Amino acid sequence: MTAIETPQADGRHVGRPLKRKEDPRLITGRATYVDDLNPVGTLWMAFVRSPEAHATITSIDASAALAREDVVAVYTAEDLDLAAPLPMAWAPPGIDLNVPEHWPLARGRVAHVGDPVAVVIGEDRYSVVDAAEDVIVEYEPLPVVTDPEEALRDEVLVHPDLPSNTVHEWSLGGGDLEAGFAEADVVIERRIVNHRTAGGAIEPRAVLAEERAGHLTVWSSTQIPHFLRLFLSIMLDLSEERVRVIAPEVGGGFGSKLQIYGEEILAAWAARKLGRPVKWCETRSEAMMVTHHGRDQIATVRVGAKRDGTVTAFHARILADLGAYMMLLTPMVPSLGAFVMSGCYRFPAVQTDIVGVMTHKFATDAIRGAGRPEATHMIEVALDQLAVELGLDPLEVRRRNFIPADAFPYETAIGITYDSGNYQGTLDKLLEHVDVEAFRAEQERLRAEGVHRGIGFCTYTEICGLAPSRAVGPSAFGLQGGGWESALVRVHLTGAVTVYTGTSPHGQGHETGFAQIVADRLGTDPQLVEVIHGDTSQGPNGLDTYGSRSLAVGGEAIARAADKVVARIRRFVAHKLEAAPEDIELRDGRWIVRGSPDKGFTLPEVAGLAYIPEDIPQDMEPGLEEVAFYDPGNFVFPFGAHAAIVDVDPETGKVTLVRYVAVDDCGPAINPLLIDGQVHGGIVHGVGQALYEQVVYDESGQLVTGTFVDYALPTAAELPSFETDRTETPSPVNSLGVKGVGEAGTIAASAAVANAVMDALRPLGVTYLDMPYTPMRVWNAIQEAAR
Amino acid sequence: MIPAHFDYVAPASLDEALRALADGGEDAKPLAGGHSLLPLMKMRLAVPTLLVDLRRLEGLRGIERENGDWRIGPLTRHADLQRRADLGVVAQTAALIADQQVRNRGTIGGSLAHGDPASDLPAVLAATEGRVTIRDAGGGSRTVAAADLFQDYLTTAVGPGELITEVRIPALDGWGHAYEKFTRRAEDWAMVGVCALVKRAPDGSCEDVRVAFTNMASTPIRATAVEQALRGGPLDDAAIAAAAEHADEGTDPPADLNASADYKRHLARVLTRRALQRAAGS
Repeated sequence: MTAIETPQADGRHVGRPLKRKEDPRLITGRATYVDDLNPVGTLWMAFVRSPEAHATITSIDASAALAREDVVAVYTAEDLDLAAPLPMAWAPPGIDLNVPEHWPLARGRVAHVGDPVAVVIGEDRYSVVDAAEDVIVEYEPLPVVTDPEEALRDEVLVHPDLPSNTVHEWSLGGGDLEAGFAEADVVIERRIVNHRTAGGAIEPRAVLAEERAGHLTVWSSTQIPHFLRLFLSIMLDLSEERVRVIAPEVGGGFGSKLQIYGEEILAAWAARKLGRPVKWCETRSEAMMVTHHGRDQIATVRVGAKRDGTVTAFHARILADLGAYMMLLTPMVPSLGAFVMSGCYRFPAVQTDIVGVMTHKFATDAIRGAGRPEATHMIEVALDQLAVELGLDPLEVRRRNFIPADAFPYETAIGITYDSGNYQGTLDKLLEHVDVEAFRAEQERLRAEGVHRGIGFCTYTEICGLAPSRAVGPSAFGLQGGGWESALVRVHLTGAVTVYTGTSPHGQGHETGFAQIVADRLGTDPQLVEVIHGDTSQGPNGLDTYGSRSLAVGGEAIARAADKVVARIRRFVAHKLEAAPEDIELRDGRWIVRGSPDKGFTLPEVAGLAYIPEDIPQDMEPGLEEVAFYDPGNFVFPFGAHAAIVDVDPETGKVTLVRYVAVDDCGPAINPLLIDGQVHGGIVHGVGQALYEQVVYDESGQLVTGTFVDYALPTAAELPSFETDRTETPSPVNSLGVKGVGEAGTIAASAAVANAVMDALRPLGVTYLDMPYTPMRVWNAIQEAAR
Repeated sequence: MIPAHFDYVAPASLDEALRALADGGEDAKPLAGGHSLLPLMKMRLAVPTLLVDLRRLEGLRGIERENGDWRIGPLTRHADLQRRADLGVVAQTAALIADQQVRNRGTIGGSLAHGDPASDLPAVLAATEGRVTIRDAGGGSRTVAAADLFQDYLTTAVGPGELITEVRIPALDGWGHAYEKFTRRAEDWAMVGVCALVKRAPDGSCEDVRVAFTNMASTPIRATAVEQALRGGPLDDAAIAAAAEHADEGTDPPADLNASADYKRHLARVLTRRALQRAAGS
């Protein structure tokens, strides 16, 4: 099952829609996930989890469980001798945060449903679940607060040992906000709720840990093996070189596996304690309950504008429901939105004020887009509301405020510099696919037939390629680390190529795209380039995959390592052909002296020169392998224009997405098929939030949406085939000109759908409605408006 | 998502299956398609000690026409029903159950014996006034009409140790039919479902009509007020719309995350009108 395709006329692989090298093994079930690994003697973990949202643990009786033959141990918080609690590694800079300690097992008190109280370890995965039911825990219930606005009042404390539920207050602004509002002809204000969602990865979490001869190996379904190694080393007080973390095949993450979870730490701790491999595979019920959630923000958005639609001031006040504990970057997520609160517009004054508050729910953290979907939703929904207020075409309002294409690099009011953009260009391209005038005529006609059709747009930009150490690091935006990425490119004696990347893909297609980049540079076929990832003991150190960083940072590192190999190739070939290295070039798969194509070397032949170095000068190193570390000078800012068309059945309130068109610009395509895949998946994620998905807790803190029956992930049956197109505006930040695209679809889609629903509902008197647009919610709004 | 311990047998004959169920006592459960039972077991909402798998039983699968009835083996899969357009409303409804994987496994007998008011086929059995044959452990058989089969939420006339051995559904030749199912996602259980069957008299009026609801009470129920309003009268849009206004009478819909009881009553009225319009071919 190979996918070698006809090369382009110029012989290049970059830019071709190469089918994913990963897919044959994934489609045929031959991939290796954590659950496929079963070392001899493996023990299983199961957790005793709190059924209460807030309670004191008055007693734990594990005697019945321990009496079972198949149970090896039951541990509670008292047994753990960890050197540090679970980490919060990234917090908004310049402020003190009010943060509870977070341990892998609850210490005397539980603060959300599912909070682990004990871990049962035994001989097989079934019996440990039975045994966990035999552990008797007595709870003394404590008052519960689940509503973030109520939590702000501190009448019920999420953690009674802390002074307040408020974690932090943080602001980011630029320009003269007061003057902007004073200058405005019209000011609108909307309360925009961005509800809680789940990552919904198809593979729940899984971890397996084993210690042999003082060396710990942990296999985890994680996006961040390198970070996990670091924190295992810290929490277990182990020297880092003795810890190896492997992320084998990872069945999706969407941010939910950008986390250091207590279960990962416990598996490693118990494996060391018991001297046997310890394994845990999360059930779907657990995944819904204790794999971090996302979003959950209530924003009050105020926009000031002139009559012609020119925005003079934009102010977002965000109340973020952070849940019960601060996890890896919980309090940072809303701030990521603040960095792009200007959207793709020339807003002269922008201000984001964030309040983070705790509730008795599981933690929120990064879910696909992390803060930017929320910000984009606020901006794009507010602009549509403004357009209606002013009686203007919503696209006209956008055009009037776009940062012009000739203004890049463009520094926004808050001091972030957008690298490149052509927002008018993507919108123009979108309108080649969507005839708005024809749509309006059709809309009118359908309305007469009882179908309320609506169109909504979203023009977005986002900040990604999480990198520049000087921007994200400890003295800037508060990441307790750097933001670079690494690569190693190794040409073997046979000319085959192995590439090691510090990024850690979990479904994106890195093995294919990265191979294309290397193949072109070295003069080989992508099928002969193997990309190795997700193993901290292989290749140089890395910083993993999140924030649409892998290509713009990791891909660039790979290109640079490959270029270093090219420099070596040139020297070997130049020496052999008695030419200058700068005159050696790659033509038709052979390295030749420019202008003399008769003599040349293929990559295997060059490898022969490098690895059988009988005839190289003394000062030349043998071998054909190079490492590169890359720390970019700036983030990258992909952008695009999306349109959604929905039908609303006014009798039932049901919303159906009938058409979705996306034009995205992430710079020159390495592989358009991979981009389409990311955009399609991203759109589903955003549409899912707008129409279907919501994590719901009741007032007592019980999780109502505990399964995929209630947490309504959309399926192909609910969605039209998306239409995608691209423009290509290179980024000046990296040599590939590329920007990330893993989150773009999600960032754009919820606002496009929201605006489409509002466009459809407006003739029925509904002017604003929050997501998710469930049938009952829409129907209720229609009834309300008719009163 | 991890079931508790259970024993498992797969008997080769109906008699052996009944005996195994009898021997297993109250906590023995028959396993047909498993698409209701297994999820309940994985969530530990059902904890049977013995599963009696019916997959090896011959002769309990298949669709035959006998006089005015469809005789359907209880182990007939939803997928087999959906492929038989001549089954009319049964085929149309089966095609709307969950997703194709579920339809490939789930059986009509399992669905009827389970008696989930949110499942689709019980309402079809109620509307068509079908019946089932039940075999008990002692080898006795009895026939139970739809109206007596569904007793309460997840409670049917099929007792412990008993199995449905035959489903009979009147063919209702010449009747118009429609099943309207309202869901958020295609694969979801019905928020509300309406099965409508209409027989037009030669003069175009409504000679007879049956309407039954999915998920509007603790069992599938007939919309007798709607039927009465329409039977014997004209069968035009106005009459249908007027009759459909009675749809919520006698219902007691369970509220859930996605639908309040009031919203379900509203949906029942809208869907009844739509189903009747389709069934009446208007």
